[in-house]
Amino acid sequence: MENDNSNTDSRRWFLKTISSGGILAATGLALGTFTSCKEKSAEKTTLLTTDGKLVQVPNSEIEAMEHLHQGAPPMEAREGISGKKWVMVVDLSKCKNARKCVDLCDKHHNLTPDRPYIKVYEMKDNEKSSPYWMPKKCFHCDNPPCVKVCPVGATYKRTDGIVLIDNERCIGCRFCMAACPYSARVFNWGDPPEGKLDLPYSPETSLPSKVGTVAKCDFCPDMLRQNKLPHCVPACPNGVIYFGDEIDDTVTNGEETVRLSTLLKDKAGYRYLEELGTKPRVYYLPPVDRLFPFEKNTEENSES
Amino acid sequence: MNTVIQKEQEYRTKRGKALLGHTVNTSLKYKLWIAFLLLVIFIGGYAYYRQLKFGLVVTAMRDYTSWGIYISNFVFFVAISLVGSLISSILKLNKNDWSRPLTRVSEIIAVAAIICAAVIIIVDMGRPDRFFYVIMHLRIQSPIIWDVIIISTYLVISLLLLYLSLLPDIALCRDRLTAIPKWKKWLYRIMSINWSNHPKQIETHHKITKLLAISVLPVAFAIHTVTSWLFATTWRPGWDSTNLGPYFVSGAFMAGAAVIIVAMYLIRIHLKLKKYITELHFEKMGRLLVLLSLVYLYFNINEYLGPAFKMVGVEGEHITELFTGKYAPMYWFVQLGGLILPIVFLIFKPFRKPLPIFIISIFVVLGAWFKRFLIVIPSLQHPYLPIQDVDESYLHYVPTWEEWAITMSSFAWFLLIITVLIKLFPVIPVLKEKIDSETINKLNVFKNEKS
Ligand code: SF4
Ligand code: SF4
Repeated sequence: MENDNSNTDSRRWFLKTISSGGILAATGLALGTFTSCKEKSAEKTTLLTTDGKLVQVPNSEIEAMEHLHQGAPPMEAREGISGKKWVMVVDLSKCKNARKCVDLCDKHHNLTPDRPYIKVYEMKDNEKSSPYWMPKKCFHCDNPPCVKVCPVGATYKRTDGIVLIDNERCIGCRFCMAACPYSARVFNWGDPPEGKLDLPYSPETSLPSKVGTVAKCDFCPDMLRQNKLPHCVPACPNGVIYFGDEIDDTVTNGEETVRLSTLLKDKAGYRYLEELGTKPRVYYLPPVDRLFPFEKNTEENSES
Repeated sequence: MNTVIQKEQEYRTKRGKALLGHTVNTSLKYKLWIAFLLLVIFIGGYAYYRQLKFGLVVTAMRDYTSWGIYISNFVFFVAISLVGSLISSILKLNKNDWSRPLTRVSEIIAVAAIICAAVIIIVDMGRPDRFFYVIMHLRIQSPIIWDVIIISTYLVISLLLLYLSLLPDIALCRDRLTAIPKWKKWLYRIMSINWSNHPKQIETHHKITKLLAISVLPVAFAIHTVTSWLFATTWRPGWDSTNLGPYFVSGAFMAGAAVIIVAMYLIRIHLKLKKYITELHFEKMGRLLVLLSLVYLYFNINEYLGPAFKMVGVEGEHITELFTGKYAPMYWFVQLGGLILPIVFLIFKPFRKPLPIFIISIFVVLGAWFKRFLIVIPSLQHPYLPIQDVDESYLHYVPTWEEWAITMSSFAWFLLIITVLIKLFPVIPVLKEKIDSETINKLNVFKNEKS
């Protein structure tokens, strides 16, 4: 139904996106995408995987990741991608806590499972209503409390709506963590788990992370610059997460592309804690007409 | 040895002897005390070294409890520094003289506390190496910047106030203490910047002091109000309150008055100044403490009654946790032991005698410290979204030994600064009355070297 509303003009970007999303899916979303390395080197580096295992990876693989790294350097990253207003819609009726978005996000941001950027909450609005899963990341608020309180401008709002952190400027005061009403921020309390990542730093990838600085979901602007969707969007097997441009009025979950305004109107989209006036850029569609029953067993769910 | 030193000084008056004596005599007790403080500081230094090396991961702070006892300790120090300047400035501006012997103590406490507050906030930073970014990339919209500005202003003003009130006494030390080590003579000479009680000097001194005494009033109020805004500008339960500014300030009044009483008692005993810090002082400070506690009680009721009546969402959970949950013992200790009982006791005169009021004040100070713990930590543990999906360690906050060691060493610093200042300079203004040219001429207390 939503497909009817999409217009071909503004779909160009998404067509590319969808195809790349398809490739990502076809290659199992994993190392397949990193294999564009030229020379195989015998030297290996020990890395910690997202599920806590130590693995040895050839150095060439690590270079391949660097190849993926398209984020702008800190000063450039303050600008934002011109002519865009990124927006996300999360359809709660389709989420079954498959956690693929969390996994892929952790993987690409080198996070350990104990402090992910994306959290999937088990929510229950009141005693009588049934529980549902609510994936939550940074809402990239249009009136962001975290940006307002930062003493050094390490956290900033860009023209394309994204709120980023410059961890080369952050002084680690953690005021933004106290100010964010959505607990979206994590802190690098100790040395980042990945050890030394030999990458040029970019706030757009949030890599490499630095001890004593704050971090959070960044909407993957490095992917957006390559006309690709943020990692979590195509990762979801159930098409829960839609991402797109508010100016184009189009969002896609990698499978279907729909009008943002129609989607929000038809499905009664809302923003979490609207009354705080933070104006989030992430909308939720209520958990009605569920695709899946609510089940707690995470392992089973993630098999889908 | 001591008696020799004592004899060689030219105290001139009995008052001078009693009040300057402690700057020349060094007892074993004093040395042990300093050694103890240095030991605590050293342990704290080692803990801080570990924190610098491994990051804030050595603390118990995690993503939810992202501020811990460093911040509550910071708020505590800001609180007790507030009263010092207020007491001395109000005294300077109006003519009542009973608390004159207390001004120096309160000024010293103010300076020591605000220095500790400034340092502890740097200890809390994840990247202390980037401290100067606060100036380089200053964003005036941020309440932290307001706090930095107001605290440094207050630090400067309270240092100046202390120094100006010390100036005639430093000159007096320079003139009267003759049998002292060279460095001390040198120190007094440099610091007294040619002060000679010239009427013109006295007039300028008078003017500047008055100006500072007036300007410190709004600044003192502002340091704690702005510190409360660090919390009130966020949405956390317990912080999201318009009551927070006056609540903090009134709490600071009470805590600060109690700290001054504790200091008075210790100084009176250890420096043998019973004649100068009298029971009357304790009596009057006791009354003041009751008054300030009642004001604080009023704001305390305001702070909790509304939310406790409505019990809205996370705000209600937060209140329940304080009243009957895991923070209840601490909460009721603070409210009863640190606020209600002290008021009840201090209403009766016998409890305003030095020893009872000293003990009561210790409870008030302890209560004030834990109160700040209760302001900072439980609020952070009640976010709007449930705490799920995180490591077990994120759920609780029990400060680690590193945090305690650093906090203890901040107290040691606080006491060390006070001890050293008291050791170097007379803790009670030697001149009996306000210095103005008239009294100086009349009493002819001062004599220049030449005359
Ligand atoms: S969700 Fe939190 S971190 Fe993200 S923009 Fe809003 S206030 Fe900032
Ligand atoms: S922790 Fe960093 S980003 Fe957050 S307010 Fe402090 S300086 Fe800004």
